[in-house]
Amino acid sequence: MIIAIASGKGGTGKTTVATNLALVISEKTKVQFLDCDVEEPNAHLFLKPELQSSEPVSIPVPRVDLERCTYCGICAEVCAFNAIMVGKETVLVFEPLCHGCGGCTYFCPEKAISEVDRPIGVLEKGPAGPLSFVHGKLNPGEALSPPLIKAVKKTVDPSALTIVDAAPGASCPVVEAIQGSDYCLLVTEPTPFGLNDLIIAVELLKKLNLPGGVVINRSLGGEGEAEMESYCRQEGVPILLRMPWDRELASLYARGEPAVAHLPAWRKHFAGLLEQLPVEIEEGR
Amino acid sequence: MEEIVVISGKGGTGKTTLAASFAVLAGGDLVLADADVDAANLSLLLTPEQLESHPFIASSVAVLDRERCTECGLCRELCRFDAISEDYRIEPISCEGCTVCSRACPEEAIAMEEVVSGHWFLSQTPYGKLVHARLGIAEENSGRLVTLVRNEARELAKAEQKKYLLTDGPPGIGCPVIASLSGATKALIVTEPTISGIHDLKRVLQVCRQFDVPPAVCINRCDLDEENTRTIEAYCAGESVEVAAKIPFYREVTEALIRAKPVVSYTEGPAAADIARLWGNISANGSQAD
Repeated sequence: MIIAIASGKGGTGKTTVATNLALVISEKTKVQFLDCDVEEPNAHLFLKPELQSSEPVSIPVPRVDLERCTYCGICAEVCAFNAIMVGKETVLVFEPLCHGCGGCTYFCPEKAISEVDRPIGVLEKGPAGPLSFVHGKLNPGEALSPPLIKAVKKTVDPSALTIVDAAPGASCPVVEAIQGSDYCLLVTEPTPFGLNDLIIAVELLKKLNLPGGVVINRSLGGEGEAEMESYCRQEGVPILLRMPWDRELASLYARGEPAVAHLPAWRKHFAGLLEQLPVEIEEGR
Repeated sequence: MEEIVVISGKGGTGKTTLAASFAVLAGGDLVLADADVDAANLSLLLTPEQLESHPFIASSVAVLDRERCTECGLCRELCRFDAISEDYRIEPISCEGCTVCSRACPEEAIAMEEVVSGHWFLSQTPYGKLVHARLGIAEENSGRLVTLVRNEARELAKAEQKKYLLTDGPPGIGCPVIASLSGATKALIVTEPTISGIHDLKRVLQVCRQFDVPPAVCINRCDLDEENTRTIEAYCAGESVEVAAKIPFYREVTEALIRAKPVVSYTEGPAAADIARLWGNISANGSQAD
């Protein structure tokens, strides 16, 4: 069972929801936490895992053997990403543009191209109290995050309930993170930005055929949320939790303290959220 | 021309809120670019009137002709993106458009079809022209769309002889952020005094360094945690990065946002004064660098 946490807009509270929900569930069953926001992973700041292993994640990039190369130009012709250029007596590879599709290597008639690994980030793992924790960290300056997200997703433990924390947005890194989940929580806030980006996120779930529900953070209730409520009703997406604006919550967040560990009211909120999720938990596992 | 880019690493720190006010404060002497093509919000605050709309075509996807396919398995073997299922269906969301399957298929059963991955727009706002875009849901190539948006905005700013090109950037540090930074003369990094904000600030500063864009930092909602604010100031001092402003939490900022207005148009109070000082600071510093 995989539950993903996403949002169109950044800074709405994905990590707050993901970490607190994971801690509440971990009291009842085995939980694995995957931080798939590899550009800016933050969950470790709250869950404080003991990171016991760190391994590089690489993508294959071409290496051209100039002894064999006849400068025929086929590699450059087949590259859909303009990552390889052939001159009169030189071949240039632009590694950051390479998607690692292997086309140039496969089609080179002289078998002059082999592949070498280029690291784009690291995969780190370790226990965080009762949770098992995994995250990916993209090397700053690297553009391509999906291969690293894929590597984090490969560690999914089918015997546990997995929580996936995704990046903001609605493009390839988010798709990579939430694809294959059983349920997706969308965290939003009651502002024009929040609504605009919630609509994008709901459309993404429809496109991926994923069931989901909404968490409204910094909720002030009343009129301000009427438009969001009517949108959710119209789309048939349930609002599962309203998190009231709470100075204490914000201040715990600032210091990297999970709310459920300190504020009983918030334990209740997240336990209530769990009850509404399509999760079957065998007590006492 | 000054090319100022507003980025943050962490999302939701106030990039768009500040950029909208800067648009007002520049007094018409700018062109705006919204480089958050996944979730573009700047236009929500600037009452734009759309002048042009263009499709964005950057890639193609593989389409399989079942009649010709002999299920030999070569395409599945070669595809590195797991886009072809066991029963030979191509999943367009997973397909990266690398064309390997199409070129390799011995039966020529796979064609590549161009896809419209999004749209980009030119709009008129009361403060200047705005180039913005919307990437299709679950699409790729956000970096290329950002580059297109910025190039269009840059050409426009040159043609109209504007002093500033102001880009509202995306969160994160990946390809759309890198595309937003290329050619910029200054990056304003908006952060907040939380441990996530600090963590993400450090990473986005490394990206600025690598791409040689001089950074300045704004600590937004600086009174949320004064100790963390001091940590950020000390870190910036150590890295010789200017802290261009510390802006406390103001209720008017939230109120302006809920009413979809730039802060400096909504209030003349201290929030507006702080933002005006920040704009004065980064725009003046920029011209000294000329």
